[in-house]
Amino acid sequence: MNKYDTLLNDLAPKKFGKKGVIWTSFLIVIIIIGIIAYIDQLIKGQVVTNMRDYALWGIYISNFVFFVATSFVGAVAVAILRLTNNAWRTPIVRIAEIITFAAIAMAGVTIMIDMARPDRLLNLFIHARIQSPITWDVIIIPTFLAISALLLYFPLLPDFAILKNHYKETNPTASKWYGKLSLNWKGSKAQKAIQTKSIKIIAILILPVALILQTIDAWLFSSTYRIGWDSTNFAPYFISGAFVAGVGALITVICVVRKVKKLENYITEFHFDKLGKLLVLACLVYLYFNINEYLMPLFTAKKGEMTHLDTLFTGHYSFLFWMVTIGGLIIPIIVLLFKKGRQPKAMFVIGLIVVLASWWKRYIIVTPTLLHPFLPIQGVPESWHHYFPSLHEWLITSATLAAALLIITLLVRFVPVIPIQRTADEQELLETEKNTKS
Amino acid sequence: MENNNENSRRKFLNNGLKIGAATAIGSVVLANLASKLTAQEDSAATDTMELMTTDGTIIQVDSASVIEAAPKHEHEEAYNVREGMPNRKFVMVVDLAKCKNALKCQVSCNKNHYITGDNAWLKVYKMQESKETAPYWMPTLCQHCDQPACVTVCPVDATFKRRDGLVLIDNERCIGCRFCMAACPYSTRVFNWSEPNQGEITMTMDMEGKSAYSPEHTGFPSIKGTVDKCDFCPHSIAEGELPHCVTACPNGVFYFGDKYEDTVTNGDETFRFSQLLKNKAGYRIMEGLGTEPSVYYLPPTDRLVDFEEGLEHFTEFQSVEKPE
Repeated sequence: MNKYDTLLNDLAPKKFGKKGVIWTSFLIVIIIIGIIAYIDQLIKGQVVTNMRDYALWGIYISNFVFFVATSFVGAVAVAILRLTNNAWRTPIVRIAEIITFAAIAMAGVTIMIDMARPDRLLNLFIHARIQSPITWDVIIIPTFLAISALLLYFPLLPDFAILKNHYKETNPTASKWYGKLSLNWKGSKAQKAIQTKSIKIIAILILPVALILQTIDAWLFSSTYRIGWDSTNFAPYFISGAFVAGVGALITVICVVRKVKKLENYITEFHFDKLGKLLVLACLVYLYFNINEYLMPLFTAKKGEMTHLDTLFTGHYSFLFWMVTIGGLIIPIIVLLFKKGRQPKAMFVIGLIVVLASWWKRYIIVTPTLLHPFLPIQGVPESWHHYFPSLHEWLITSATLAAALLIITLLVRFVPVIPIQRTADEQELLETEKNTKS
Repeated sequence: MENNNENSRRKFLNNGLKIGAATAIGSVVLANLASKLTAQEDSAATDTMELMTTDGTIIQVDSASVIEAAPKHEHEEAYNVREGMPNRKFVMVVDLAKCKNALKCQVSCNKNHYITGDNAWLKVYKMQESKETAPYWMPTLCQHCDQPACVTVCPVDATFKRRDGLVLIDNERCIGCRFCMAACPYSTRVFNWSEPNQGEITMTMDMEGKSAYSPEHTGFPSIKGTVDKCDFCPHSIAEGELPHCVTACPNGVFYFGDKYEDTVTNGDETFRFSQLLKNKAGYRIMEGLGTEPSVYYLPPTDRLVDFEEGLEHFTEFQSVEKPE
């Protein structure tokens, strides 16, 4: 029983420390500034951005793609590791589910920020046309949001019941809320059966839905004639990219949560080793698709294709391109192939670089293509030949990123990041195994 | 008995047939006689008429057999903006041999569509495919594709294709996602990034106190956060006029017409559409994409003026003149 108490003490949500309060207020301030910038954009129109008729999409779209990609981690961590019976996933699944939920929620918000007429949002339903990839997005994003919310919620039921009892005396209000959220969980056989079955269905369901989500995201681009987007390789390229972005984000968040919540005993170097290997796998697959996407067109060297590749390899976007490719893909592969590279500290740095590279990667997928249309750019102001986000765009985009982090922070604050019941069960199982062996 | 029976049947059939034939012939003769009698009365007044058949040959017809067709009451049916003008299919032919970048087309288009942004809907590109090939001026407007990429990707049916060939935008439905702009390979779509400051037309509309908006006159008014582009001027066609660019061009570069009538005109000359394309090797831009444009081009051969003369008006960074 004593062991169970320490477990509960370690894993039960704790109040923010001083750092937590500062961090949360910092995020809220950024969000408020972003909201102000967005209101200004609503009033003045998207003229406040640096998007124009040629660079008609900018960081709102690349940020949206980044969020969608990051949300893939839930499917990877939960479904794939579950279906392949990887028991080491226990302490990381909930964090993965939290990231997924935050990312997909903010993806939905971000795409609406890019709409110049958000007041006509309902037209997407009233006049919906099924052949438009945007309509597919309108269907798949809420679906994925709902599934990932359930995947986060269902396994939480026993933990909420535990927390209800845990806070009964120390914090009655919290206890009341946890009680309500636990949906009267008693841990009876019937309840457990329903819960297990539900989780199983959702865990299997999320895999195809996540794949469809990434695919539709890629089809938003590859359903146009544009050079650099018009690629049959795009959907698997996006899926593998999402794998990298998601696992990168997972590793980064885990490092921070582990440190802040002092979970070193639960998320050990063993888990980092495993996560590191997973990230190498992801990066290698992504590298393969990158070679398909950027190296193969060199052989036929069609004129438009060459102009596009030149700007990436040696031209205006070459710095970003090589930073993203070498820093965000090749270096992580090399470092993580060594056991020393898979230590928590190194992993944190690598994870952070991978996330940053993933964000910029989307930027150079969206922007350069738009600046190389089929007909030459003529008769428009000189500034329309280039694109770099305006202050409004940076403020609003930062706010969406901050909002995602805030969702993660709040969930980490109020929800046990490591499943209590499951960990207890597993430890018990371990104990009994030990006893029977000795 | 059997024989008798057979005989009587034959007789009956034989007689029956004869009577039948006689009545048939008789009635035809009677009808002919009657018509001749009535026709004689009419032909005393007029005799023959000259008419043109659909394939263009002149024929003479007895004016008596000409009957005035009852006027079709097409306009009495509610006119559907999304269906377009019935039994028409609008096309344009741009003769690159005549274009010397006078830019009158652009100025007229900008004026008549109250364009206030920085990107004109009609642009004259300075083109040169490669170092060795000749440079030329290429006016480009919405190609009104029969397989329009922009219409395919629109999530709300704001941009639509009509039976008369036009691709138009309902600016009151557009959500401003700009997917159509990304999809269009001809870069002809223009976005209202801010409130279009159209001065005069907002004033007229305020005075009339009504919303004059119709997808058939794009730019009247332009709406913030929505996409605009060349509309092939259905507002002019409805009044029996040619699009503004066609009438404004001093060199007769643009020919506009109806594919079903197989005629195109630049105001001065009228050509048989199919013959013009055949004689001058007409083509469409980016045919390989399969967008099936309604705008055809005639190659810049045997040019009357040097390419260099057009450079005088060429502005790399401007297509809409700003009021001082």
